Amino acid sequence: MKQSIFEIKENTALTSNVYKMVLCGDTSDITASGQFVNIKLEGFFLRRPISVCDCEDGLLTIVYKVVGSGTEVMAKMHIGEKLDVLTGLGNGYDLEKSGDTPLLLGGGVGVPPMYMLAKKLISQGKKVSVILGFNKKDEIFYEDEFKALGADVTVCTADGSYGIKGFVTDAMKNMNYSYFYTCGPEPMLKAIYSVSETSGQFSFEERMGCGFGACMGCSCKTVTGYKRICKEGPVLEKEEILWEK
Amino acid sequence: MGKMNVNLCGIELSNPIIPASGTFGFGYEFAQLYDINILGTFSFKGTTKDPRFGNPTPRIAECPAGMINAVGLQNPGVEKVISEELPKLAKCFSKKVMANVSGFAVEDYAYTCEMLDKCDQVGWLEVNVSCPNVHGGGMSFGTQPEAAAEVTRAVKKVTTKPVIIKLSPNVTDIVSIAKACEDAGADGISLINTMLGMRIDLRTRKPVIANKMGGFSGSAIFPVAVRMVYQVANAVKIPVVGMGGVSSAEDVIEMMLAGATAVEVGAANLVNPYACRDIINDLPKVMEKYGIDNLSDIIGGVK
Repeated sequence: MKQSIFEIKENTALTSNVYKMVLCGDTSDITASGQFVNIKLEGFFLRRPISVCDCEDGLLTIVYKVVGSGTEVMAKMHIGEKLDVLTGLGNGYDLEKSGDTPLLLGGGVGVPPMYMLAKKLISQGKKVSVILGFNKKDEIFYEDEFKALGADVTVCTADGSYGIKGFVTDAMKNMNYSYFYTCGPEPMLKAIYSVSETSGQFSFEERMGCGFGACMGCSCKTVTGYKRICKEGPVLEKEEILWEK
Repeated sequence: MGKMNVNLCGIELSNPIIPASGTFGFGYEFAQLYDINILGTFSFKGTTKDPRFGNPTPRIAECPAGMINAVGLQNPGVEKVISEELPKLAKCFSKKVMANVSGFAVEDYAYTCEMLDKCDQVGWLEVNVSCPNVHGGGMSFGTQPEAAAEVTRAVKKVTTKPVIIKLSPNVTDIVSIAKACEDAGADGISLINTMLGMRIDLRTRKPVIANKMGGFSGSAIFPVAVRMVYQVANAVKIPVVGMGGVSSAEDVIEMMLAGATAVEVGAANLVNPYACRDIINDLPKVMEKYGIDNLSDIIGGVK
């Protein structure tokens, strides 16, 4: 973990409420896709944990949805403004287990962490398929970015306004894959858990206090004992998940 | 440079800064960031007789200038704390640590304290009496002078280490509870624990926290903490450890003027993991600014 100051290089809207922010600073502690950063905002007590979408050459990209007053403030920030960011948080995805034809499934704001993961897997020569799930057509983002990486991209919308009508699991049923990685809302993760035919890794979300393992605010029970989503997570393997709620 | 050392219940601290229990784990997360030996000491994660997972999530809610937590004393239980956590801590912390103890029955407190009494690494026992008493209808030990005194007496019987009773602010008359603990043999009082709070999500129309209510901490509660430290320090002869919303060197000095011998820093660690290091680094220049040569001289300076 590292605390440092980043400068905003870009902050643009991808949809009506999803923004892409590019930050310049010390990214040396960001070592895996699926990790997150924790951002301090003026006027707010706790930091905002946001997943890493991409990280290369000292540039950190995050894609965030405006869901509350904190992210509203972020959406209004300008190029050149500075942010205090904790980087290198969480375990991230384990690429070793991917096999040759991994499948990546992202739902809504669970899509961003799939980008850096796809990029890394493709650079290792893996044949990567990606399923992106959204509620409707005007909520879609990053389809072209995944295609530009060379991934085989399928888009699903719950209302059928674009791509396959239905959920990511509807598209998943017809695919062959060696392993899978996913991030998205909990109902989606649960559905993938039940229909998936291989092992895989799931990224979880939880309200956090510190984001670096000190407060025990985000603990969960797993097959292998208690884990902190911020420290031993956010990525858990299929076999260790206990669905409680 | 001014002198920062203070004496807490017979043990010398190089400075009065103590990360508060529940915001510093067992120290390792922070030891990766800075040398935690610069701290006066720290109060480790609240430990109970048996292992506890704690409350369901969400356990955290944000507030203006603060936060609410309902972690519910997640900890591996005293046996594992002694066999696993303390040996790991010994590798990164060479000073005496403050052991924070919780319980749900008087016997639980006594058992846990007796176990920790045998550990050389432990300098003080900080006994959190804010937990519900399962044999007393669920009322917190810390809300009744006699219940708090009973815990104090039970713990004092099983240890020779200084016993500091950590009080809840969620009471009508904190002074009477502090005095009851002093009369029962407490070596010190620490306060304030978190204030009971609640947030509601307007979209779901449900409490943000699964447990509905939780402990409110952060800079918002600082004035309440200063007031209670002042009241208690003026009523007891034993040392008082002040805490509640402390986040700067100025706050530390204010707390000491109110009567604190040492000062705990809690929620600030969760937002700025370097909070305690920064406060310790800032103290000399803030002391100089206010003409303070020895921090120990200003304890209870406000009458």
